[in-house]
Amino acid sequence: MQHPLYDSLRNKLITITLVVSLTPLIILGGIVYYQFEKMYREKIVEQIRYRAQSQAEAVDLFFRKRSALLGIMADTSDYLKISDESYLSRVFQIINFRQGNFVDMGVIDHAGIHQAYIGPYNLRGRNYGEQPWFNEALSRGLYISDVYTGFRNLPHFIIAVRGHENSHPWILRATIDSEVFENIVRSAQVGKTGDAYIVNRSGIYQTRPRYGGDILGQSPVTPETFAGSTTTVWEQRNLYGKTVLYAGCWLKSLPWLLIVSQEVREEMESLFATQYLEFAIMGLGILAIILTTVFTTRLTIRHLIANEIRMNEMNAQLIQSDKLAALGKMAAGVAHEINNPLAVILQKTGWMSDLLLEEEFQSSKNMEEFKNAIVKIETHVDRAKKVVRNMLGYARKMEPHLEDVDINDTIRQTIALLENYARTNNIDIETNLAEDLPIIAADQAQLQQVFLNLISNAIDAIGKDGRVVVATTRSSTHIRVDVSDNGPGIPESKLKRIFDPFFTTKEAGKGTGLGLWVSYSIIEKMGGTISVKSEAEKGAVFTVAIPILLPEKK
Amino acid sequence: MAAYRILVVDDEQDFLETLVNRLIKRKFKAVGALSGEEALSKMKTGLFDAVILDVKMPGGMDGIEALREMKKIQPSAEVLLLTGHGSIETSIEGVKLGAFDYLLKPVRLEELLEKLSLAFEKKDLQVD
Repeated sequence: MQHPLYDSLRNKLITITLVVSLTPLIILGGIVYYQFEKMYREKIVEQIRYRAQSQAEAVDLFFRKRSALLGIMADTSDYLKISDESYLSRVFQIINFRQGNFVDMGVIDHAGIHQAYIGPYNLRGRNYGEQPWFNEALSRGLYISDVYTGFRNLPHFIIAVRGHENSHPWILRATIDSEVFENIVRSAQVGKTGDAYIVNRSGIYQTRPRYGGDILGQSPVTPETFAGSTTTVWEQRNLYGKTVLYAGCWLKSLPWLLIVSQEVREEMESLFATQYLEFAIMGLGILAIILTTVFTTRLTIRHLIANEIRMNEMNAQLIQSDKLAALGKMAAGVAHEINNPLAVILQKTGWMSDLLLEEEFQSSKNMEEFKNAIVKIETHVDRAKKVVRNMLGYARKMEPHLEDVDINDTIRQTIALLENYARTNNIDIETNLAEDLPIIAADQAQLQQVFLNLISNAIDAIGKDGRVVVATTRSSTHIRVDVSDNGPGIPESKLKRIFDPFFTTKEAGKGTGLGLWVSYSIIEKMGGTISVKSEAEKGAVFTVAIPILLPEKK
Repeated sequence: MAAYRILVVDDEQDFLETLVNRLIKRKFKAVGALSGEEALSKMKTGLFDAVILDVKMPGGMDGIEALREMKKIQPSAEVLLLTGHGSIETSIEGVKLGAFDYLLKPVRLEELLEKLSLAFEKKDLQVD
C-alpha cells in the first residue's frame, strides 16, 4: 500500500534522523580536524625553529673553536718562528690534524705583506695592506670574512687573528674549506624539500642552497627584517610556487643568518595522511548512517502499513458482524410483521375458492380464470411464506444445542445427502479428512446446515462437470474445514457482500441469499470464523474454523 | 354425528372472520373471539370440541395464559396453537401445558383441517 502520507512520513523520518545523527558527526569531525591541524602546524613550526637554532649553535661552535685555535697559536708563537714556513707547515699540519678544515694558512706582517704561506696557492709576498679585512683584523684582533673569491677566484672565507711581536702586530690568517663548512650547514636539511644555507647581512648566499640559487648570489631573503637574537619562522611561496616554511637565526660569531627551510606540504604529509583517513572514516560512517536510517525507516513504515491493513481488516470484520447482527434483528421484525397479512391473504383466497364452489358461480364463463388467479396468489404467498420462515428460523435466538459431534462424520453425512445431486451434474465430491480430529461439543444440526450450504453452493457454482474438495485439518485451538471448488470463482466486487442477507450470485429465483448469512451467524455464535478466498477462473475456497470445545465428561 | 364446535381466537379480525366463515362452510359450528378474555367468557357459556388459538396477541391476555385458563374451564377441549416462527418455544411450552399441537402461520386450511381431524379423533377416542 503506497500512500502519500507514508511517503511524507518516511521522508521526514529519514531527514530528521540524518540531520540529528550527521550534524554532530560532521561538527566533531571538523573540530577534531581543525584542532589536530593547529597542533600539528605548531609542532612543525617548533621543530623547524629548533632545527635552525641548534644548527646556528653548531656553526657558531665551529667558528669559536677555529678562532680559539688560531688565537692560541698567535698568542703563544714567536713571530720569527712562525713566519718560518717549515715551522708554519708543522703548525698547519697539527691544527688540521686536531681540528681540520683549513685549506691554507699564512702569516702577514704589520705592513700587510704575506711573509709565510702554506697552501695550494702561490700567495707569498702578496700585499694585503690596503684590504679592509686586514685593517679590521689589526684593530679588532679577530676577523672572520664573508665569502669572497679574492686572488684565487674561488669562493672562500678566512679567519684572521692578531699576534704581537715587540709592539708590532702581525696577522695569522687561515682559509676555511668551503665544502666542509657547507656540509656542516647542510646537515640541518631534511627530507626531499628541506634546505639549509647561510646569507650575510645583505642577503648574499654564503653557502650554496639546495634549490634556486648559488653561492654569492642574491637570495630572496631580506635579513633586515630579522631583528634580535630570536629565531623567526615564516611562510612564503618559493620560486616554484610552493608554500615553504622558513626559519632564520642569526649567528653569534658574525652577522650571518642561518636559514632552514622546508616545503609545508612535505612537513604536513603525515597530517594529510591522517586527514585522508579521517575523511575515509567519516565517509564510511555517513554512508553507514544513511543506509541504516533508510533501512530502519523503511522497515518501520512497512510495519506501520501492515498494522494499518490488519486494523482495517479487523474493523471491516467488526463492521461486518455488527451489520449482520443488525440486519438479522431487522429481518426478524419485518418477517414477523409480514406473517400476519400473509395469513389473512391465504384465508381470503381460501374463502374465495370456497365461494367459487357455489352454484351461482359455476356458470360464470371466467370461472377458470378466477381459479387460476387464486392458485397463483396462493403459490406466491407460499413463496413469501418460505422466505419469511427461513428468515425467522435463522434469526431467532436459540441457544445452540450442544452434543458430541464428530466433524468428519457430520461432513460424510452431509455429502451423502448431496451425492445424488452432484452426480447428476457430473461433479465429484472428494474428501481429505484429518483422522485425528477430536470429538467436540457443538450443535450438529447447525453444523450440518453450514456444511450443506457450503457444499451445495460449491456444486451450484460449478454447474456441470467439476470437483468439490472438502478437507479438514486441526490446530491446537480450532478444527478447520475447507470447502473448495473449481468453479468460475467469485468476482472481487461481490466477495465483500457474500455474507450479507439476501445477497446471492445465483440466478433470480434460485437462491434466497440467506444460506451464507445463516452459516455466518451459526459459526459466529459458536465462536468460530468463516471466510472466503477466491480468484477469477480458479474457483473459491470457503474456510470454517470451529473452536475445539471438548465435551464435558459424563 | 353432530357438527364439531370450534372456537377460533385471533386478534386479527379479517383473519378471524374468514377462518370462521370457511369452517362454517365446512359444516363446523365455528365461533370467533378477538381476545383471550372474550374466548374465556365464550367457553364459560358454551362447550367446544376444539379451540384454534393464536399464541401471539399483543395487548391483553397472551395465548399461553389463555390456554391455562381454557384447560381449567374445559379440559376436554383440544387446543390447536397458531404461531409465528419466532414463538415456537412458546408453542412447545403450550404443548407441554396440554395443547394438542401447534401450526406455523400462515397456514392453509387443508393443513389445519388435518390437524383438527386428528384432534377430534383423539377426543372421540377418549370419550369412547
